[in-house]
Amino acid sequence: MKLKKQLMDEKEIERTLTRIAHEIVEKNKGVENLCIIGIKRRGDVLAERLARKLEEIEGKPIPVGALDITLYRDDLSTLSVAPIVRKSFIPCDINGKKVIVVDDVIYTGRTVRAALDAVMDYGRPQSVQLAVLVDRGHRELPIHPDYVGKVIPTSKDENVVVLLKEVDGVDAVGISE
Amino acid sequence: MLERKDLTSIEVLSKEEIEHILDTAESMKEILYRDIKKVPTLRGKTVVNLFFEPSTRTRTSFEMAAKRLSADVINFSATGSSLTKGETLRDTVKNIEALVADAFVVRHSAEGSVDYIASITDVSVINAGDGKHEHPTQALLDVFTIREKKGRVAGLNVAIVGDITHSRVARSNIFALKKLGANPVVVGPPTMIPPYIEALEVSVANSIDEVIEDVDVVMMLRIQMERQSSPLFPSIREYSRFFGLNRKRLERAKEDVIVMHPGPVNWGVELSPDVMEFERNVILEQVTNGIAVRMAVLYLLIGK
Repeated sequence: MKLKKQLMDEKEIERTLTRIAHEIVEKNKGVENLCIIGIKRRGDVLAERLARKLEEIEGKPIPVGALDITLYRDDLSTLSVAPIVRKSFIPCDINGKKVIVVDDVIYTGRTVRAALDAVMDYGRPQSVQLAVLVDRGHRELPIHPDYVGKVIPTSKDENVVVLLKEVDGVDAVGISE
Repeated sequence: MLERKDLTSIEVLSKEEIEHILDTAESMKEILYRDIKKVPTLRGKTVVNLFFEPSTRTRTSFEMAAKRLSADVINFSATGSSLTKGETLRDTVKNIEALVADAFVVRHSAEGSVDYIASITDVSVINAGDGKHEHPTQALLDVFTIREKKGRVAGLNVAIVGDITHSRVARSNIFALKKLGANPVVVGPPTMIPPYIEALEVSVANSIDEVIEDVDVVMMLRIQMERQSSPLFPSIREYSRFFGLNRKRLERAKEDVIVMHPGPVNWGVELSPDVMEFERNVILEQVTNGIAVRMAVLYLLIGK
C-alpha cells in the first residue's frame, strides 16, 4: 500500500505503545486481573505488542486474545458478498476481568460497538477499556477511547492506514492515496 | 468468496468455494463453545425448513445452526400440509415465499427437485438432500471433519463403504473429496455400485479387506433396511462379513485411521458394536461439525 503522507514511523509507534502500556499500568494500578483483546486484523497484533510491554514493566504474563467482529457488524445487509469471518480466540474466562480492547484506528466507533457486544457474549467483565493507536475523529456513536496513541484530524474521504510488520512487513502510520 | 444464491450441489462448487466454506465453518465452530452460544448476524432473517421427506437430524441441525446465528426458523413438513390436498410443488413453494423468507432448506425425495425450486424463487435455496442426487452439507461436514482430524484432505485415501447407488451422501462426498485432492474408493456389493461409477472417476473395491490397510479414512454408509423388500444382498450376515467394519479389521488399518458415519447407524450391520468405543470413531464429532458447517453456509448465502 502506498502512503500519500507518513505520519508515524517504526520508532514513533514503538514509543507510543510504550507510553500506552505505562498508562494502562498507572490507571489499573498494575496488571492484576487484566485481559487484552485485540480486534482483527491489526488490533490483535498491537494487543500482542502491548502485552509484551506490560510483561516487561510488571514482570507478569498477561492473557492476550483476538476478536473477529464480522458477525456483529451493523452493515452486513449493505454488502454484496458476506465478508470473511476469521477466528476469535479469547484466552481466559473474562467474567470479572478488566478487559482492554485494542484496535489500530478508531473512526466511526461502529467497530468498537460490535466488539463490545462480542466481548459481552463471552461473559461479564468487571470493566472494558479501549486502547487505540490512532484516533481519526468522525465518531457516529458515543464511544471514547481510554488510551490514544495519536490524534490525527482527517477529512472523511481520507483513509488512515496502519501498517504493522507482522501483517504488512513494515511499521508505519499514514494517509493512503 | 461464495457469490451464489443457492447451494444445491457440491458438483458445481469450485475447490476455492469449498475451502472458503470450511474456513468459515472453523470460525463458526468456536461460537458453539462460548457462554452465550449465539451471534446476532442473521437477526431479522427467516429460514424455512421445507421437508418433503422425513428427517430429524438434518432438520434439527439446520434449525440449530440458524438459531445460533439469530435467524427465525419455520418448519414446514409435508405431512399434514396442503400437498396432501393436491397442491403442486410450485404452488407450495410460491406460497411459502409469499410469507417472506430469506432461505429455504429443502429435502425432497425426487432428484433435481431442489434445483427446480431454486429456479422458481428469489429466495436462497439449500439442498438438504434430494433423492439419490446430492446432500451437499453432509459432504461439507465430512470433509470438514477429515480436515480437522488429519490437518489436510489432499492425498488422503478415503473408503466409502455401502450402498453407493442409492446414496446422495456418497455422491456429494465423491465430488467434494476429489475436488480437494483426496482419493476416494467406493466399496460395496456389485448390486450397490452404480453403473455410471466410471464417469465419477473413482476406484471400486469388492470388500473392505481389499482396502483397509491403505486407507486414512473409512466412511461407512447406512444400510437402508427399509429398501430390503427387494434385497440387494442375500443376508445381513453376509453383508457384514464383506462390508461391515469391526475392531478386528481396524487392527489391520493405519494407526491413525478414522471411522465416520453420517448416521443413524445400524449397529451390527455396517458397523459392529465394538467400533462404538473405538478411539478414532468421530461419528459424534461429525454431528457437532454439522452445525458449524451449516452456520457457515447460511451466513455465506444470506448474511449480506
